[in-house]
Parts: sequence; structure tokens; C-alpha cells
Amino acid sequence: MRIELRPRLRVSTRLTLVTSAGAVVVALLLGGLLLWAAGVDPIAALRAIFSASLFGGAYALSDTTVKATPLLLCGLGCLLAFRARLWNVGAEGQLLLGAWAATGVASFWLPPDLPAPIMLVLMALAAMVAGGLWAGICGALRAFWGVNEIISSLMLVYIAQKLLNYFIFGAWSEGGFPLTPVFPQSAWLPRLSDWAQRFPALSGLTVHLGIVIGLLFCFLVWLLVQRSVWGFELRVLGDSPRAARYIGLPVERRMLVTMLLSGALAGLAGMVEVAGVVHRLQDRFSPGYGFVAIAVAWLARLNPWGVLLGAFLFAALLVGAKEVQPGGISMMLQGVVMLTVVAGDFLLRYRFHRAPLQEAGSGQELDS
Amino acid sequence: MARSLIHDLGQQRRESVVNQPPIGPLVFFENLLGAGVARGTPLLFATLGEVLAERSGVLNLGVEGMMLLGAASGFGVAHLTGSAALGLLAAMTASALLSLIHALVSVTLTADQVVSGLGLGFFGAGLASVVGADLVGLSNVPRFPAFELAGLSSIPLLGPALFGQNVVVYLGFLLVALCWFYLYRTRIGLELRAVGESPAAADALGIGVSRLRYGHVALGGALAGLAGASLSLAITPGWVDGMTSGQGWIAVGLVIFGGWDPLRAALGAYLFGAIRRLPLDLQGVQSLPLFHNPNLGYFLDMLPYVSTVLVLVLAGATRLRRRMGAPAALGQPFVRGERGR
Amino acid sequence: MAQAPVVRLRSLSKHFGTVHAVDRVDLDLYPGEVHALLGENGAGKSTLMCMLAGLYRPDAGHLEVHGKPVSFHSPRDAMAASIGMVHQHFMLVPTLTVWENVLLGGGLPPLLRPKRAAAQVQEAAQRLGLRVDARAQVGDLGVGEQQRVEILRVLMRGVRIMILDEPTAVLSPGESEALFATIRTLCEQNCTIVLISHKLEEVRRAARRITVMRRGRSVATFDDPMESTARELAAAMVGEEVSLELHRGEPVPGDVLLEVRQLEVRSDRGLPAVRRIDLQLRAGEILGLAGVAGNGQVELMEAIAGLRPVEGGDLKLCGQSATRLSSRQRAELGLRFIPEDRTHTGTAPSLSVLENMVLRRYRGRGPWLRLDALRSRCQQQIEQLQIATSGPEQAARLLSGGNLQKVILARELDPDQARVILALHPTRGLDARATAQIRQLLLDARRTDPARGGHPARPAAILLWSEDLEELLALSDRLAVINAGRIVHTVRHGEADLPTVGRWMTGSSTEPEAARAD
Repeated sequence: MRIELRPRLRVSTRLTLVTSAGAVVVALLLGGLLLWAAGVDPIAALRAIFSASLFGGAYALSDTTVKATPLLLCGLGCLLAFRARLWNVGAEGQLLLGAWAATGVASFWLPPDLPAPIMLVLMALAAMVAGGLWAGICGALRAFWGVNEIISSLMLVYIAQKLLNYFIFGAWSEGGFPLTPVFPQSAWLPRLSDWAQRFPALSGLTVHLGIVIGLLFCFLVWLLVQRSVWGFELRVLGDSPRAARYIGLPVERRMLVTMLLSGALAGLAGMVEVAGVVHRLQDRFSPGYGFVAIAVAWLARLNPWGVLLGAFLFAALLVGAKEVQPGGISMMLQGVVMLTVVAGDFLLRYRFHRAPLQEAGSGQELDS
Repeated sequence: MARSLIHDLGQQRRESVVNQPPIGPLVFFENLLGAGVARGTPLLFATLGEVLAERSGVLNLGVEGMMLLGAASGFGVAHLTGSAALGLLAAMTASALLSLIHALVSVTLTADQVVSGLGLGFFGAGLASVVGADLVGLSNVPRFPAFELAGLSSIPLLGPALFGQNVVVYLGFLLVALCWFYLYRTRIGLELRAVGESPAAADALGIGVSRLRYGHVALGGALAGLAGASLSLAITPGWVDGMTSGQGWIAVGLVIFGGWDPLRAALGAYLFGAIRRLPLDLQGVQSLPLFHNPNLGYFLDMLPYVSTVLVLVLAGATRLRRRMGAPAALGQPFVRGERGR
Repeated sequence: MAQAPVVRLRSLSKHFGTVHAVDRVDLDLYPGEVHALLGENGAGKSTLMCMLAGLYRPDAGHLEVHGKPVSFHSPRDAMAASIGMVHQHFMLVPTLTVWENVLLGGGLPPLLRPKRAAAQVQEAAQRLGLRVDARAQVGDLGVGEQQRVEILRVLMRGVRIMILDEPTAVLSPGESEALFATIRTLCEQNCTIVLISHKLEEVRRAARRITVMRRGRSVATFDDPMESTARELAAAMVGEEVSLELHRGEPVPGDVLLEVRQLEVRSDRGLPAVRRIDLQLRAGEILGLAGVAGNGQVELMEAIAGLRPVEGGDLKLCGQSATRLSSRQRAELGLRFIPEDRTHTGTAPSLSVLENMVLRRYRGRGPWLRLDALRSRCQQQIEQLQIATSGPEQAARLLSGGNLQKVILARELDPDQARVILALHPTRGLDARATAQIRQLLLDARRTDPARGGHPARPAAILLWSEDLEELLALSDRLAVINAGRIVHTVRHGEADLPTVGRWMTGSSTEPEAARAD
């Protein structure tokens, strides 16, 4: 009798869920330890985080949903890219470009008296195009010049930040402040609190239409990835580009298109954030949604509905983190979650086996 | 990372340069070279560290986080103990220890190295933020001294630039030579190269693959910590959340640009140090239109990042013709005799 | 055998999971002999020797060297006992030089002295009669020279008991002769050589004693190989009087399905690999390509499959011009390709068996994926080909090489759709049973015989390349010999024997002409 590691032959969905949930639990435990080491009472801190975000009534839930929306969209974008083994870690930059394009449409490039639906749709389209192209640069660089997309997409984040700084502090700045003018009313995404006059219960609830858009795209991505031929081909591409080429997939083109779509979703996240929350382009309007989304996508094991769950979880951490000093803890937690999830992958590939020695199996070929 | 990325130290610097008297081309070049070498030194440390880690076959994308951690912890310990040297040691230790987590996950648990490294980076950045929370703006923290190397510093043009520097810069020179020697003239260096190219072969020859990988990931982490500490205790100096502004990522790109070779990596690091400095110096030149349009500063700030991408394009295009490419086993976990991975 | 054995293995066992790779094997090795370990792929020969060489730890049994019990924890320990192994897949680091590879892990001083070390290696090579250049980069060397580097490495460690794992698998006939000469020299110096092989004839000529292994057990030892017949040896290897006879049938050549004209293709390095080759392939025939690895076969096949650009010439598939078609379009015309690399090209490792099997037919009429309809057919094929897997949902990377190859074949030899099949060494690494099965599948794919079930409605044409010359001669209806990117000879089945073809392959007889093969 001995214990040995053997490759796991089949991975059930249940096991995947259990390991992901387990990773989160371990991460929270470790986070609690860190808080304790930082001199903060972990239990109180965790309770504060969760009551401020998920369990604190309508306002808390509303705040969390607002934060979850861009995370969801960015996460879906990351999911698409990661499935093709394209490490789009520059979703933050694509989000910024999307916000920029949406701002341009709302405040500068189109007349303000356009009817709201048209304005919003155009803003969304512009954001998706901008974000898509920004990611497309990395996609093209990778597909045609073999440039590592991790570095290129990250560099493009910094470039995007500088670009936005130019507009926020300079070209589009209102009165020298790091803000653009407020969007016209037609460019505001409707919120629940808009109906506060008719339904007083809704006052103060800032959750906006963005979440509906997010849910819609969640469904669309699910259709694309799990049910369509294109999604299947994406999986083949991500698993083995050589095999993909062998069966005749246009590998470079697919890489490019995948990055375009990924960036488009991140760009849309940017639009949703500026049109739904701040209603202008301002310095540091994003606390790093694009980066957090990477952890979300990974935790969700590249499953769209998992991304939905993960987005809410991380949004809760973001909302609740305001309650916890010192700041930076939430980023640590993100890191810990990614580490625990990826470490937990080990359990999905191997299992512990108590092996009584048995008779030989069929005469299969081994390494001679 | 995250919101702290957006803060730009350069913003502050710009104002101080603009008000200086005009300078001639020779002085311009000297300034650029000197500042390039100085600013390139943290990049150099980080790049060398990553070269060593990647040569063993492990990709560590947490360099930025390790640098930040090194910067914060080094600064903090120097403040507490009154000794910059102790701060440096603390920085290297902290980052090395943290990288060991990445080694554990990547080497022993054979997990995906990209995600593990990213997670490590987030963790390190967050931890740095926490550690450095009370350190922002402290000014009387001991730092590493600068001194001239007598004799060498009187060489025209190069002298003051190369030999009138902070001690960490000299450490950088030394480290490049040591790294080269280590990699190409020692037995361990040879074993390291073998492990990164062909872990199966190295294993069959009795070389401890895991041991070497752990060791060099830790070493890479230590050097990243050194990079951060050299920033906060010498080059900048000071601590601000997110002060590395992506230099850790540039270092990862420089490893590729440098073909995983210490000498070329050094060249790249100093070059990029100059690129980071260039916008500031250009803005002092009154005859250029830059002087009169402050908005162009934003675009100049993009220069290091655009250059990194360009450099990667170049590296990719020429690599097919050159022999020097990535270690063949980079990013792939090694398990003896296992089928199908 | 008056001397004492220098190595004794008693009851050695090793298992991986539930499979016993080696099951209570006894073996004696005497000084100065060439001892062959004969057996089909998967018999456990390599695994047994890996235990002797310190790579694997035995699960049971014990080893004795020079009469003393030993226990090896690593290859280094084995080296200390003068035991070393030259593997089938060379354990060389391509980016390092010859001297670096030779001395790696073998007691180099902490500080390297390159000039001195290179000289040391060069001198030793000369002394041992091995032709190598100590300063060359291993990645630049040909296969034969790389093997010499491996041998030099173990010899320089003072190895007196050398294990060679399938050494001639990648060598040309001429290089094999050189190797055997080296082996003879070493035996004269009282070294012991263990030769692992599955090639009957070679083993009979080269070895003094033969131990046959089958399914992890040692089944017979022959003390005088020339006395025992090939039949006896084969029977011992396979375990029954299995007739490895193949049913060739009488194929009737039909329409020309593949026509290649003046094709020019470049290798990965940009050098010309295929120089103006002409080929015609008819339905109902197997055209074999005989050639030493690296003479353009792979490039030719990849170019026909659409996976490699064509520099000049053109090709037609089923009468249609295909030079400008993508690989997918060619697949739609009925082209199928069995690649050399089965783990990363022929299959997508993390995808399931089912998903891999449908890689040529997953596209339906709409944008939606419908795998369920294909599942029962997949299950059928698993049973038909006896693919050892826990089910269609198992990840492909967990399958053994042989079963993976069967998955690929199930997909590519699709009787409904495959018209032209390109096969690159399809039986590499498979055990005798699977090999026979696959060879028969290939032969059947080109016939329509209503008496044998499972036949294609329309016979296919097959272009086959194999490193196993015997296999090529057995399977091909026509055989074209390729050398340096040109076709130098073409013969029909039975017209030429193995040594002749071997000579043509290495170009040592007549002048190569850019002959037409049709």
C-alpha cells in the first residue's frame, strides 16, 4: 500500500467548482492572516467587507452591482482571449480607450441633442471599436511578428494612461481641472434612482443599465464559446496552435479577431463606467478594473457564468475594501486568489491514489 | 499596478527642469549618458534577475511587484534602522522569499507560470502598498552615497557620466560582469543553461532541475528587490505608491531584447534609462518646440513604453536569423517521465 | 561462460499506475559481450535498462554489480558503477557545444576552462576512435554524429557497461555499420554492451546473446543467435504463432487522384528541400517514399497538405488545381494527413478523444456545434480500433502514443471522405499488434472488397513514408526513393530488395536523376 500521484483521467464540473470555491476560501483565510499581521482584526474586517457589499441591504447590493459591471465585461473579454491562450493582460488600457471614445462621442464629436438610445448605442459602438483596435494592435503584433502579447498589451496600458492624461488634463479639460465636461443627459445610462420620484424606494440606488448589458453579453459569450463552431475552434487554437494550423484554421487571423473581440468587450466596460457612474472622463475613474478582471476570469476557469459570479465577488472586495485599512489589501487578495486558484489546478490534474499492486493491464505501448 | 500606476513622478520633475538655463550639446550628451546609466541601473538589476530565472526555464512575471516590494521594504527598513545597507538586504530577502512562492507553485505544483507570476505581481504590489502606506513623503531616510571614482572620472566625456555615480550604479557594473562570468564560465552556469534548454537531458545527467529552478527564481526575486531598493534608496530616492511605473515590465521585455544574455541586457537597460530621461532633457532645450508646448510632454512620456514594443518587434524579426532565442523549456513545467504535458 | 557475470538483475519490477512495465525480470550480463534485449515496443526493455542506469527506482527486486548489491538513486550513482545509457531520444542540449554536453554533470571544475576542456574531449574522442568536433554546436550536428557525442559522453565517464536504446532507429544503413564497428571495438576492450532493439535481423547479426522480453517479462534467452530462426525469435517476441502476414489484396489502380509537377519546397532553414519532384498517385495504390530522414519527405508531404508554402511547381487534387488552396480546402477535397508529431500537431492534447476525432467533421450546416450526433460514431470507432481509453470524454493527452495514433487514424482514414492520404511514419512506437492493425487499415483503405467489411466506397490513394524500410517494402505497391529532395528511383512491389533500396537511399549507387515516378 502506498500513496502516489496519478494523472486524473476525467475532471467533473463539480470538482472544478469545488476547487475554485476552495481556492477562494483559502485565499480569504490567508487574507485574514495578512490582516491580522497588519494589526487589523480579521473577523471584523471581513464582516465589514461583506456587510458593506453583499449583505447590507439594497444600497450595498446596488454599489456592488455597479462595481461588478465593468468587471463582468472586462472579465468576459479576458475570457475570450485566454481561451485562445492569448494573455490579454492589458484590458485596463482597452477599457480606458473605450471610455475615451465614449467621451468623445458624448461630449465632442456628435451633437448633444441626439435621442438617448441612439447616443448610447453610438457611444457603445465607438467604445468597442476603440478598445477592440487597441487590443488588435497587440493581436497583430503577436500574430504577425511574434511579439509577446503580455508585454505589448501592458505597455499599451501605460500608453493609454498617458494618452488619456493628455485629454483629461489638457485638450478636453474643463477649467484646468482633471475632468472633462459632464455628459449631456442623452449620454447618461439610465439608473434605478432615475425613477425615485415615482418609486421613492429606489432613491439612492445607483445601479444602472450597464448590468443588463453585461448580462446580455455574458449570454452571448456563453453562446459563442460553448455552443458555436467558432468557439470550438477557439479552444483548439488555444490548446495547440500547431493542431489548429493542421486542421486548416487561419491561425493568425483568428488570433487577431479574438483580440479584437476581447478589446471590444473591455472597451465597452469603459463606456459603461463613464456613462453609468461618473458621466465624464476623469482622472483615475478606474481602480484597475482591467487588472482585477484577469483574476476574475481565471477564478471563473474561463466560464462565462463563472465570470459573473467572480465579478460580484471581487466587486464585493472592492466595495468593502474602503472599510479596511490599509489599502492595498484588496490587491493582495487578488494576487492570493490567483495563486490559490492556479495552485489548486494541481488537484485537477493529479489525484492521490492508494495503490495496491495489481496485475498488468493490457499490453499497451509505453515509452519502450 | 492599478490606480497607483497612473501617478507619474515625471510630472514633478518636469517643472524643475524647465526653469534651467539652456545647455550645449556636449553637456546634453553627458547628462543623458549619466542619467541613462543611473536610471538604467534599477532596470538592469531587474533584467539580470529575470534573465537568470528564465534561463532556468521559469517565467516570472511578478517582477514589477517584486520591485515595488523591494522599494517599499528597503525604504522602510532603512528608515527604521538608519542603515541603507540593511534596507537593501531586507529588500532582497523579502522579494526572494516571495518569489519562492512562485517557484513552489510553478515548479513543484507545475501550475501555469503566467498566471502564477501575475498573481505574485499583484500580491507584491499590494503588499508594497501596505508596507509603504506610512512611508510616503518621508525625507530623512538614509540613502546610498554617490562618489566619484578618482582618476576614472576625469576621462573626458565618459568620465563624469560613468564614474561620478551613486554606489549602486557601480554595483550594477560589477553585477553585469559577475552575471556574464557566472553564466558562461562556471559549472553552475552551464548546468543552468542546460536546465533551461533541456530539463530532461539535465535530469538524466544527474543535475537537480528543481533545485536549480528554485534557486534561480529566488535569485531573480532578490535582484528585483535590489532593483526596487536601488530606486527608493538611491536613484529617485523616496517612496511613492507605484513608483516603478512599469519598469518591471520593461525589464521583462528587455530580457527578450537582450536575447537572455547579460551583456546585451545591460546595453538595453542603460539605453532605456536614457530613454526615460530623454523627455526631461529635451524639455530643457529652448530651441525645440517641445519647450513651448507642455502638452507634448504626455506623448514624450510614452516613449519608454513605445520603445519597448518596438524593441520587441525588432527582436522577434531578427531572432529567426540569429541563434539566440528563448530557452527552449521556458514556461514549461518539468516532470520526470510524465506523459502528455 | 566461464566468467562471472558482471551484472545480475534479480526479480526486478517497475510499475506505472496499474500497468506493470517490468515484472520480475532476471538478467545476467557477462563482460565483453553484446547482449541484445529484443522485444516489441512497450515490452519494457527501456524501462528495465533505465533501472539499471539509475533513472528509475525499482519497485522490487535487486541489482548486483561485480558481485556486490547496489542501489542506484540517480544516473550519477550508476555512472559511479561504470554503467551508462545512450537513449533513443538523445539527452543532448542543442544550444551547447559538444564538449559542454560531454562533460556536463561529469565532474567539471566549478570554474570552467573552455579551451582546456574542449581539447580534453577532442583528445579522448580521437583515442576512442569516434569522429566528433569538440567545439561544434550539437544542434548543428547530424544524427549519427550526435549519437557519437552521446557515446563519447558515457565512455568518458569510465563506463564499462553501456546500454544502447534503439541506436539504429535514426541511422542510415551506412551509419549503422559504423556503429556496429564501434561496438565491436569496445567489446574487444572488455566492455559490456546491451543493445535494446526491436529489429530482429540486426540483433541476430550483432549480438552474442539475446533476451526476449514481452509484456514486462523476460520470456526467453537465446545463447546462440545464429542457431535460432527468425521465426522462433518473432514467436518469442509476440507470444504466439501470430502470422504477421498482411492481406495485400489485388488493388486495381484507378484515376489519378494526386498529381505533383515540378514541385519546389524549402525547409525551415530556407534551404531547398524538395527539388522539382514529379509524382502521380492513383486511387487504389500505396506509393511508398523511401528516404533517410531529412531528405525532403516531410517537406514534400507538408507542402501537398497545404501546411508549407510551395516555391515552384503545382499540384492537382482529384483533378482540381490545388496549389492555391488552403489546407482546409484541400481537406474538403478529400486530402488527409497523418503527421509525424502526434501529440501536438495531430491532436489537441487537452481536448477530449471525441473532440479530437471530429476535428475534420465538426462543421455542420449552421454556426452551432453539434457533437452529440457524432458521439455514437466515435464510440464505435473506439471499439473497432480497440483504443484503450476511459471514454470519449477523456483528455487526449492522457492516452498512450499508440492509442493516440489510433485516434488520429480513426479520424484521417475516414472511409467516406478520405481520398488522398498522406502518412508520415504512422506506426512509430506502436506494439506489434497495433502495428499490424494499422498496416492492414492502410492496405484496406485502397481497396473495395465487398467480402471484407468496413471498406470505403471509393478506394483511396496513399502516400506513405516510414523510417522502417521493411514496412515500406511490405506495404507499398510502388516505391519511390527520395534522396536530397529528388526522386532517384521508382520500382514496383517486389522488384527491389532491402539492401538495394538502402543503397539508393544513401545515393551510393547510380547518379541521381530527376526521375519521374509514375
